[in-house]
Amino acid sequence: MTTTSTRGKTPRATAKATRTSSPEAKAASALLPAERPIRFLDEHGARVDEHSGYAEPPVELLAEAYRKMVVGRRFDQQCTALTKQGRLAVYPSSHGQEACQVGGVLALRADDWMFPTYRESVAITTRGVDPVETLTLLRGDWHCGYDAAAWRTAPQCTPLATQTIHAAGVAYGEKRKGNDSVALAFIGDGATSEGDFHEAMNFAAVFRAPAIFLVQNNGYAISVPLDKQTQAPALAYKGVGYGVRSERVDGNDPVAVLAVMLAAVEHGRAGHGPFLIEAHTYRMDAHTNADDATRYREPSEVDDWRSKDPIARLGAYLRAAGALDDARDAEIKAEAEAYAASLRERMNADPVLNPLDLFEHVYATPTPQLAAQRAQLAAELEAENQ
Amino acid sequence: MSTTMAQAINTALRDALKDDDRVVVFGEDVGTLGGVFRITDGLTRDFGEDRCFDTPLAESGIMGFAIGMAMAGFRPVVELQFDAFAYPAFEQILSHVAKLRNRTRGALSLPIVIRVPFAGGIGGVEHHCDSSEAYYAHTPGLKVVTPATVADAYSLLREAINDPDPVVFLEPKKLYWSKDEVSLPAQTAPFGKAEVRREGTDVTLLSYGPSVPVALAAAEAAVEDGWSVEVVDLRTINPYDDATVDASVRKTGRCVVVTEASGFAGVGAEMAARVQERCFHSLAAPVLRVAGYDIPYPPPKLEHHHLPGVDRVLDTIARLQWDDVPMGSGAS
Ligand SMILES: Cc1ncc(C[n+]2csc(CCOP(=O)(O)OP(=O)(O)O)c2C)c(N)n1
Ligand SMILES: [Mg+2]
Repeated sequence: MTTTSTRGKTPRATAKATRTSSPEAKAASALLPAERPIRFLDEHGARVDEHSGYAEPPVELLAEAYRKMVVGRRFDQQCTALTKQGRLAVYPSSHGQEACQVGGVLALRADDWMFPTYRESVAITTRGVDPVETLTLLRGDWHCGYDAAAWRTAPQCTPLATQTIHAAGVAYGEKRKGNDSVALAFIGDGATSEGDFHEAMNFAAVFRAPAIFLVQNNGYAISVPLDKQTQAPALAYKGVGYGVRSERVDGNDPVAVLAVMLAAVEHGRAGHGPFLIEAHTYRMDAHTNADDATRYREPSEVDDWRSKDPIARLGAYLRAAGALDDARDAEIKAEAEAYAASLRERMNADPVLNPLDLFEHVYATPTPQLAAQRAQLAAELEAENQ
Repeated sequence: MSTTMAQAINTALRDALKDDDRVVVFGEDVGTLGGVFRITDGLTRDFGEDRCFDTPLAESGIMGFAIGMAMAGFRPVVELQFDAFAYPAFEQILSHVAKLRNRTRGALSLPIVIRVPFAGGIGGVEHHCDSSEAYYAHTPGLKVVTPATVADAYSLLREAINDPDPVVFLEPKKLYWSKDEVSLPAQTAPFGKAEVRREGTDVTLLSYGPSVPVALAAAEAAVEDGWSVEVVDLRTINPYDDATVDASVRKTGRCVVVTEASGFAGVGAEMAARVQERCFHSLAAPVLRVAGYDIPYPPPKLEHHHLPGVDRVLDTIARLQWDDVPMGSGAS
């Protein structure tokens, strides 16, 4: 046993230290994440120096992030309540993940593309999309609700990891047209096991596409914990094998998420290709309203994460920096309440859906068969109304 | 005893795990959680992590791994979490699962069961309600099974696990919580045998899986309109039981195929074609189909417009040229 470990570890470590590194090893280390996840704030919101040279975002941007996070969380809570009332068919909450939801979006320009998953309702409203439009699909309608082209925001994607390749393609396409926009794909820890994620990183790297893959590592894929998902030392290391610049970040530190996101965006705009960010975070609620999280995680774990709350951390930091006081905080909370109240009211009635619309957008022009089926349904509806 | 289809499937898995050490169950969330539909509830607890385990989140990986384990002598029963989430596994299923026996002249066979909760009627959002049977049924080398009753869910799954060939076992989600008076273990007819679920003399309704209860309800409602309706449940799409279908249609002289899946190029088209080819001289009317529209599966609030319901089936029966007399039916 002892001999094995000596053979396995020591000589190799010695060799590494004495030999000059090969070009490949040098290239690999340039892609590798920092030793520890990037953070600017400790768990109480005090400034720490663990940011490996990433620039701290301007305080106005941090204050804006705080506002968006408070409003986003209130929106998220309202969605959960609306689901309990039967107003939404299903809702995957991002409670606890606001630093990523908001930090990801605030680093983008309006002409950048975004690829959200089912978990990103808050990211979408943070982009400015109307909340009722955002919830169209979850409410039980057949389309994504908002104008995906105008907002440069793809419909929320459920088939896991598939959207990451779209991000690589659109990023490359925009670059080919001479634009300096980037594409941000959200993805979860579990979905990094899907083949599509690996193909996306490879394509993005080979075509030097300015795609950013923001992995919200919340520790679980529904019930499956990260240690059953991967044996990689960290998810961020998955980028290195493909030649993708990678970083790890404290995903509950909004300053760190924004700082690394801004750097990733700059990296892309400057023509350096894709960027992978692994953000350590936690979803405080169950996977969706239909899930029972007590079957696979301890309440004490949830409590631990409560003390790392991203909003509290940024709030404390802003107060210390003189960028937030009670009056401003109350204003923001009032804004969040008003936002939720308006959502509640607008969601109070069921949407009026026309079943005949189901045939409208299957093709640019309906096939003769679809037209006939539409007519059949129209006749049925007419008969029902008589 | 009142038993749900979910319980029947769970019990079938348990009994298979008990009876055969080579059986292993794996997939996404099937362990600790017991599956998103709780179909594998308690299996890891009762049989250990070696027998029922969670995999990384990758359907192509799950399928390929199952192929390898089967080559090593295991009998994998994998769960693909939802119909539309099976698609990443298609390369493995179509190019390898379906073909390995053929490519090796039988030297390697793949006794794999691919369980897929499928089809709609549960108010699910997009990608959670696909009727994906046609993709599998169109692939030579795969057996395709879909139970409509609790007893069949148990018996057909046991048979699937014992089968030397790969079986795609499609579980109609909306029937998971349906109940029958059944005590387990239950033994029903084998693969390749359709069942007449209700006898009738005027018209045959042909269906399978999630559409069988609709056909039965329509048959019941048709009594009021004066039609005696026979209902045939295919049970196994492949192998396909022509004999039972032919006998029924030759008796009634009319046939309507009822499937929840979109009609265009679907399994229902195969069913209609076979009846037309084999029973032409007994038919008083063209074989008609009642199917889902050729549109992406609609959202919760609109799915009832898409799914064939009793009224649509009755309207279709009404179009079966009742003024004509079927040839060779002997009716006057
Ligand atoms: C291809 C595919 N397989 C399975 C699913 C079912 N599913 C939905 S979410 C989920 C877990 C995803 O976990 P993760 O990527 O960590 O994201 P999180 O939900 O934690 O945000 C699973 C298995 C799916 N949507 N798509
Ligand atoms: Mg996760």
